[in-house]
Amino acid sequence: MIDNKNEDKPQKMDEEKLGQASPEEIVDDLSVRPIPKLQQVLGPEGYHLIKGIATNPLSITGLIIMSFFILISIFAPLIAPPPQPKDPYIIPRDGFSHDPKPPGTVWTRNPPPKAFWLKPLTGSDKWVHLLGTTSGQWDVFYGVVWGTHTAFYTGLVVTFAMVLIGLLIGSIAAYYGGIIDMVLMRITDIFLAFPYLVAALTLSAIITPLFGKSLWPAMTALIVFGWMGYARLVRGDILSVRERDYVTAARVIGAKDSRILIRHILPNAIFPTLVWASMDIGSVVLSFAALSFLGVGVEVGYADWGQIIAFARSWITHLSEYWYIVVYPGIALVLFVLAWNLIGDAIRDIFDPRMRGTKT
Amino acid sequence: MTRYIVRRVLVIPLILFGATLLVFFFLQFLSPTERSALWLRDLPKNQAAWDAVIKKYCLDCPIHIQYWNWLVGVKDPMTGKITGGVLRGDLGYSRTGNEAVVDVIKRRFPATLELALWAVIPVIGGGIWLGVQSAVHHNKPIDQISRVFSIVGWSFPTFVFGLLILMFFYAKLQWFLPGRLSDWATAVVLDPKQFHAYTQLNTIDSLLNGRFDILWDSVRHLILPVLTLAYVDWALLLRVTRSSMLETLRQDYVTTARAKGLAEKTVINTHARPNALIPVATTAGFTVIVLLNGVVITETVFNYPGIGSAAAEAAVNLDVVTTLGFILFNGVILILANLIVDILYVLIDPRVTLD
Repeated sequence: MIDNKNEDKPQKMDEEKLGQASPEEIVDDLSVRPIPKLQQVLGPEGYHLIKGIATNPLSITGLIIMSFFILISIFAPLIAPPPQPKDPYIIPRDGFSHDPKPPGTVWTRNPPPKAFWLKPLTGSDKWVHLLGTTSGQWDVFYGVVWGTHTAFYTGLVVTFAMVLIGLLIGSIAAYYGGIIDMVLMRITDIFLAFPYLVAALTLSAIITPLFGKSLWPAMTALIVFGWMGYARLVRGDILSVRERDYVTAARVIGAKDSRILIRHILPNAIFPTLVWASMDIGSVVLSFAALSFLGVGVEVGYADWGQIIAFARSWITHLSEYWYIVVYPGIALVLFVLAWNLIGDAIRDIFDPRMRGTKT
Repeated sequence: MTRYIVRRVLVIPLILFGATLLVFFFLQFLSPTERSALWLRDLPKNQAAWDAVIKKYCLDCPIHIQYWNWLVGVKDPMTGKITGGVLRGDLGYSRTGNEAVVDVIKRRFPATLELALWAVIPVIGGGIWLGVQSAVHHNKPIDQISRVFSIVGWSFPTFVFGLLILMFFYAKLQWFLPGRLSDWATAVVLDPKQFHAYTQLNTIDSLLNGRFDILWDSVRHLILPVLTLAYVDWALLLRVTRSSMLETLRQDYVTTARAKGLAEKTVINTHARPNALIPVATTAGFTVIVLLNGVVITETVFNYPGIGSAAAEAAVNLDVVTTLGFILFNGVILILANLIVDILYVLIDPRVTLD
């Protein structure tokens, strides 16, 4: 659909002009197809991508949700002012009582600084637990707002690291080939021999004593067991690019291996990897939340959606009463992942050669 | 064909070897004290006993000797009894389960198997059927709905989904229950006089014993976790089936079949669908991964006593020896599943050329 529009436009313009223009002009027009300014800046692939994303209703929905989350995370200090600005990721708690309290309960013990919107919006001067509290009286609203930071951070950092390792291993394997390729690919196979989440769960249990309770054990574990797809993808792409003439030309000039790889091969092979990465961020965030939910990784009371939802595990019989522990952070998590998946899906469709020219 | 299969099977020991190396590498992060759980039930009380243990099991030996010991076990020179040894099926002692890791797996695996087997039915039935329908009725309401459903399903975390249906069907309506069996049913099942456990799968055993009350009880406990476990896979299979079916429907031989005047039903069921399912079969390995991953979360959410919840519990309590036992077990399942998928793939697709 997108492609058709893209290609149709210049033709249509040509046809319109055909009626009025003189023969010389027609020759001019046909020989130099007008290229939109944006395309000149972004290059054909980039232009194709931006245009595709901006015209697909699903990806637009994704972009809207995503900008909403970006706004929340930028303005988090205003929306939910942290009691200790230096360490905003510790959710403030209202006492230590065991039973969760419903949304709207007035904040009694050490309320955090009041937000600017509190008075105009609620008409009262008292901080309330907008979305209730968990057992142990951690404020759900605060956790959901600051959880956006955690979600962006973990999703982007883990994906970036996985892509980097995949690029490194995949390009070395493909470029050198032979025994190096074989060894690296067998190592990849071994890492693939374990189910992702179970392996990551085990590894984070192992390294938690080394890092201490923080974001890092789970993030490291997800990276260690997540790069293999990228390595295979990069390797395949490079193998197809490696034999092109411009690479041979570079080699003939006497360019170094690293230069050929970084300057000539990678830029041409990297696109499918980036597409894959954009689709992966959502599932990385999901896996991280799942690990947090199971209880490895961050300490109790850290602003992380999975960790808040984990509180519900001790209230299974009372879930209809304490629904807010699951529902609010759950909605945030689902929308966040959905937004990434919608965008990633659109990007995949745009670059899938089988999808070109079809109305899907 | 035979050569391909033989070669494919011969790779298995290599991958298994690599997998054990990786697991063993992880073990090196542990202190000798923690590693002693591989061999011992109770930790030694004093330094002297401790030194004896380190010496006996060679916990400070060079790494290749330790690896060898880990694989085959250590023989006690006095009694001739062998302890440990992954190849002998001894995965060490589980601190959280208070028994040998292998026993935990043996005891809990039937529950997981039952869950996974029931989950396969909606996954294949729902996912593949809906995928085909959605491709056949391309861009019609059923297609739109199932597409939205699959992308939302793919974004929905298992644990949130599980907790939500638990909230509704258990906490509110009391229709279905968490756990595996009610207390009274557990008492019956564990009593050899009343109940003979043929397969350890409660749904099947209860039928064989003619105890329909137990069957109903186990179904009431199974429905929610089965749904939770199934729906991610469901979304995945739906997407794969749909796109593959769409591509197949565009092939020339489908046009030919239509041009011959065949009924649309014949065209779809006998010409297009079998071919469209070939790529779906290749994702079966991935489906197994999703199931194995999903089991951990689903069982934790529903307090279902399978190997997944045991693994999660062990991991949270930093009982590494147990988790490594589980990961090894999972790895073996996955490697075998992939082997079967690869062989099946060759068998069902005549176009695949070997070598």
